[in-house]
Amino acid sequence: MSAGVELDHVTVRFGHFTAVDNATLDIKGGEFFSFLGPSGCGKTTILRTVSGFLDPSEGSVRIGGQDMSGIGPNKRPTALIFQNLALFPLMTVADNITYGLRVRGVSRAERDRKAQELLDLIALPDQGKKLVSELSGGQNQRVAIARALAVQPKVLLLDEPLSALDLKLRQHMRNELRAIQKQVGITFIYITHDQGEALTMSDRIAVMSDGVIQQVADGKTVYDNPDTPFVASFVGENNPFIGKVSKADATGAVIETPFGPLRGRNPKNLKSGDKAILFVRPESFALGKGAPDATLTAETISSAFEGNATHVFLKGAAVKNITMTVGRHGGAKIPGPGDKATISYDPAMGVVLAEGKMARE
Amino acid sequence: MSSRLFVFILPVVVIAIFWAMARRESKLAHDPTHKSFFERNGTSLGIVFILLVAFWALFLVTLPYLYMVVESFHPKLPPAQRGGPTDVLTIAQYKSFFVNPIDNEVNGTHIYAFVFSILASVAVTALNFAICYPIAYYMAQAGTAQKVRLLMLGLIVPYWVNEILRAFALRLLLASKGLINQMLMGIGLTETPIDFLGNNTGLYVGLSYAYLLVMVFPLYNAIESLDKNQIEAARDLGAPWWKIHRDVVMPYAKPGIASGCTMVFMLSAGSLAAPQFLGGPSTLWFTSIVYDFFFQSFNWPRGAAYAFILLAACIAFVMLMLRLFKVSLGETIR
Ligand SMILES: Nc1ncnc2c1ncn2[C@@H]1O[C@H](COP(=O)(O)OP(=O)(O)OP(=O)(O)O)[C@@H](O)[C@H]1O
Ligand SMILES: [Mg+2]
Repeated sequence: MSAGVELDHVTVRFGHFTAVDNATLDIKGGEFFSFLGPSGCGKTTILRTVSGFLDPSEGSVRIGGQDMSGIGPNKRPTALIFQNLALFPLMTVADNITYGLRVRGVSRAERDRKAQELLDLIALPDQGKKLVSELSGGQNQRVAIARALAVQPKVLLLDEPLSALDLKLRQHMRNELRAIQKQVGITFIYITHDQGEALTMSDRIAVMSDGVIQQVADGKTVYDNPDTPFVASFVGENNPFIGKVSKADATGAVIETPFGPLRGRNPKNLKSGDKAILFVRPESFALGKGAPDATLTAETISSAFEGNATHVFLKGAAVKNITMTVGRHGGAKIPGPGDKATISYDPAMGVVLAEGKMARE
Repeated sequence: MSSRLFVFILPVVVIAIFWAMARRESKLAHDPTHKSFFERNGTSLGIVFILLVAFWALFLVTLPYLYMVVESFHPKLPPAQRGGPTDVLTIAQYKSFFVNPIDNEVNGTHIYAFVFSILASVAVTALNFAICYPIAYYMAQAGTAQKVRLLMLGLIVPYWVNEILRAFALRLLLASKGLINQMLMGIGLTETPIDFLGNNTGLYVGLSYAYLLVMVFPLYNAIESLDKNQIEAARDLGAPWWKIHRDVVMPYAKPGIASGCTMVFMLSAGSLAAPQFLGGPSTLWFTSIVYDFFFQSFNWPRGAAYAFILLAACIAFVMLMLRLFKVSLGETIR
């Protein structure tokens, strides 16, 4: 059984510090929902508020339509997977997994049966008798998931559960997590500061910065149609060009940048004279001339060959760093260091947003 | 004479054997980069070190105990007869604990005092644990840093007052005309004063209080290193608070619990001041009997025998408990 989670104008303060600022969200039952944001932006705080370890200073949390105020973490239909897993080191794997059932007074026999079922689910069928210290990091990861699933939560909350694993294992566990979620069909709320993780696994993503939810959308939308400069600069690589809107029409806006007028889409309907930032992704650039208000000339600093693509780093007109990614096809000649390069982009791939805070590099 | 001489020779022989073994070992597994003790410190300084350590270990630690052991296997004799023909090895002193040598009856008084001391110490340990566990848990996991510092200060400062003064202060509080009785009678809870000292309440309170810190700090140390997330994980999985303590905190803190309980038990079983000042008139603490043998009747052999009976019983009891709760001795001193 799954349940949706609603945050209704939730604000969480620690003293005078606001860790979560007026968050309103509607996470649907059965959804794989991610919170993505840099360290310290309030992700864990939101998760702890949903699981009941923190009370919102304002607003309310509803799970399955039911108001959760005054209901403790041991009474909520949620299960939390901690950043450091927090498995019980003195218990066996099977005892860890069925601890939630034990405190509910489930009989030994029933617990053994359930442990076996979950060990099969996480593909560790013969490891029940071991101590958690005798398993590998990835195996412990799965034990933590099984322990949380054992109490049949309607919502599973995961706090950067993969951050302690090495890259290979992390990628493997992404698929596995997604598969487990499909199989058990409950709501997953997943926290990460790794955009790759968020983009590959989630149905929808909430991008956060300094306690404020910047945008809630599916991965493709967040990547292609960012709502704020923060989202544009935090999710994926992006090249910002700062300037003033000089012309706004039906197809987009032109802003005056140090490189001259550059054009992009205008989803926020900025008007002439507004301060704005144009974002163009590295892979949207191509070598050579394009439309006059989508072409710029810069000096090549260096390039980095990365197998499937080459990153070219350029500078010019007071902009220190422009990154362009050139794919292998087309056989374009990569400019060498010091070379002047003319590059252009499809104006439909640029997006003009009102000036605002960007993600720190 | 011979047996006493033997005691003094025994440690020397043991040391000689160990030294020979060490020499052999270092010859067999010779590490050319390793400098010997004398090479590192120089010969004269090395000799001084060794002599000092040997003096301390032998004369100040080992020999007094060994002497007492030997003494306990001898009869009580006037100085003139010591080493004479009547100074034979005997277990009479140990036997006298069970059978009174004067009337050949079972030595009820002493056995009772012994059993009472052990049981009362168990009770004190339990009481102490019940008081200290919440305090230690609060200090280690729940309290804010500032409150914990205040609490610690509050725990430690009273121990600047010496033990006898503290016992007397408690006595004043608990006496039949003391503050507590006055208060109880004042608010009409009781007509006549309650004899806190006579019914041994004072003894239990005094002993528990005396060894509060001995219990709090091992517990605090053990609980402090427990990851808060484990407590929250248990809570998140639906455990009520007491199951969290039963299943997560206490198993984790078991070595600390064992070491605190062992120390409190040993110390209260061997304590002298608190039972004397706070025990009821009919209460006979076993250590008081030992004390009297040494300093009232100058019967050192019997005093020593009694002391060793207590020591052996306490060690056996502690070992049994450790075995029962599956803690190894090594863990308790971690
Ligand atoms: N108990 C607390 N008391 C005071 N401030 C807190 C407390 N918990 C968190 N904060 C602050 O709230 C902010 C958000 O913290 P949170 O743990 O939610 O960040 P996060 O997004 O999970 O970061 P990370 O990715 O590093 O885990 C931080 O600035 C943190 O210092
Ligand atoms: Mg966090």
